Amino acid sequence: MDEIAIRVSGVGKTFKLPHEKSGSIKNLAINFYKRNKSFDLQKALNNISFDVKKGEFIGIVGRNGSGKSTLLKLLAGIYEPTQGTIEVNGKLTPFIELGVGFSPDLTGRENVYLNGALLGFNRKEMHSMYKDIVDFAELHKFMDQKLKNYSSGMQVRLAFSIATRVKSDILVLDEVLAVGDASFQRKCFNYFMHLKRTNQTVVLVTHDMEAIRQYCDRAIMIEEGNIVYQGHPEEISQEYQKLFALEVDKDKTEYKDDKKDRWGTEKIKTTHSHVVVGDEQIIISAEFKANENVDAPVIGFIVLGPDGKNILEGNTHRLKFDTKPMKKDQVLKIEWTFQNVLKNGKYDLTLAVCDQSLVEYYDWFNKATTFNVNKEGSTGGLIDPQIKIPKFAVT
Amino acid sequence: MNHIFSKQNRSLLGELVATDFKLRYQGSILGYAWTLLRPLLLFTILYIVFIKFLHVNYGIPHSAVYLLVGIITWNFFLEITSGSVSAIVARGDLIRKIKIPRSMIIISTSLSGVINILINVIVIAIFMILNHLSPMISILWIPLLLFELYIFALGLAFFLSAAFVKYRDISYIWEVICQVLFYLTPILYPISKIHWPIVKTILFMSPLTQTVQAVRYALVSHDTYTISNSTNNIFLILAPFAIVILTFIVGITYFRIKSKTFAEDV
Repeated sequence: MDEIAIRVSGVGKTFKLPHEKSGSIKNLAINFYKRNKSFDLQKALNNISFDVKKGEFIGIVGRNGSGKSTLLKLLAGIYEPTQGTIEVNGKLTPFIELGVGFSPDLTGRENVYLNGALLGFNRKEMHSMYKDIVDFAELHKFMDQKLKNYSSGMQVRLAFSIATRVKSDILVLDEVLAVGDASFQRKCFNYFMHLKRTNQTVVLVTHDMEAIRQYCDRAIMIEEGNIVYQGHPEEISQEYQKLFALEVDKDKTEYKDDKKDRWGTEKIKTTHSHVVVGDEQIIISAEFKANENVDAPVIGFIVLGPDGKNILEGNTHRLKFDTKPMKKDQVLKIEWTFQNVLKNGKYDLTLAVCDQSLVEYYDWFNKATTFNVNKEGSTGGLIDPQIKIPKFAVT
Repeated sequence: MNHIFSKQNRSLLGELVATDFKLRYQGSILGYAWTLLRPLLLFTILYIVFIKFLHVNYGIPHSAVYLLVGIITWNFFLEITSGSVSAIVARGDLIRKIKIPRSMIIISTSLSGVINILINVIVIAIFMILNHLSPMISILWIPLLLFELYIFALGLAFFLSAAFVKYRDISYIWEVICQVLFYLTPILYPISKIHWPIVKTILFMSPLTQTVQAVRYALVSHDTYTISNSTNNIFLILAPFAIVILTFIVGITYFRIKSKTFAEDV
């Protein structure tokens, strides 16, 4: 047991979800009289068992609603398990949210001590950490001002500073820590790296695969309340992406001909689109039909990543490609190709047609096609181009 | 699990009470003076109505101090219980996101009531001086009596706050019960006015009557009717203490059981 920081054995959690309006004496009486159950049972976790060794950085991944937040709260001691036990060896400090218990009417200094006390540190321990916290937050001048006079950025800085200066045997972190602007995210990155280097015992709950790859020694994947996979971070991230890849295969939507996600004047309409994903090249093909005579249009596409962000954009205007005017009922076919630098995952294609001045949109079709990239041996990082090794020598 | 009075928890308790105290009169001009003014204003109204207009005769000298002591003792009980009803729900944010011993929230809220009564001691002292009342040796009983009342109120506070998480009707029900209890306790009227022996016996069994009368006895006049100088029945004398202990045990046990699911229910 000396080597083990947390031992989770056979833990299950079932929530009682009350029916609407059972929270009054009247309903209590009625339900008691009728001997009705006034709640539904919802199983959030089933028979979860795992160990966290001392000095291990462990990641817990899962989709929304998979039960990972419930597990986090169980580890933190906020929830009590319905079945099973959780043994914790040492002082465990959870960070589910930054700045819990911050009071706007207290000064920065008072809030630091209050927050520290809430996290389980006494005044003396906080005294020894205080200077460090203020230094890191760079808020020396503001510590005697009320928190309500801080900007929201300053508040986050102070809260994060407390969270990162805290010395505890085991840290349980939620990914919400990693929100904020670029410089703040870099701070988070450095902090996580520091934790890893110093062999701090950490449980990190996230769905950011990059974080799992970079920091974790081991990861656990949860799906519908069960541990479905545990092992090396690299394998986990492959498994995790498969989860989403499977989704596309289930309901194959090559070209969605619905009217929901599109708008425009409809002088030209998208009639078909298709994506061919090769290991080296991706081919996007699309067809458009003119409903009246129009001048040479501009045609473009956007590839949206698994997180919904624009990954790449291309249009005939920027590529300096001259299109031709179209007559009514004419059909236009176009093909774009580009190197397959995309990581494995699920992508969406958005298509757009507009006039040369980019003012009148004929047809903007959001997520016209969904496609999947599933290459062998995909790597980490933001993009995944084919990397060759033309030179290798040992001298 | 840390012991409830471990160093960490004491430190947390200190911070919570200090925060409560700092924030209590935030933004009010008179600030902490309200701690004194509230019972004083209530006292003034009741004094004018009951002693000046209605000529209620308590059968002892210093009736003003007598009335004041009753009101402040009652307020002590009222503040702890009423203040705690919504304490758990009000701190729901903490309960859902941080692991703190739930009982700390109730204890810290109740300690604010203790601080208030300590401040109110000043008012009583001033009134005693104005009335040329010199303290008797029995004043040493006061801390014990207040401790008894505190334990009683704390037990109720545990029960009420835990029940309130699920049944929000509790706050309204408790408001009404407090009204009833106030009139069931001989604060405005002398207990000698009650002529039915059964009612008198029931009243005497209430820990509220017992403590209010005993505080008056110890502080104002030994002529005060208390349970021990009006009966020889040992069961009757011990009844209030039994009720206090029972209330505390029931309250804290209910709280213990319910606190396991506070994070889900709140």
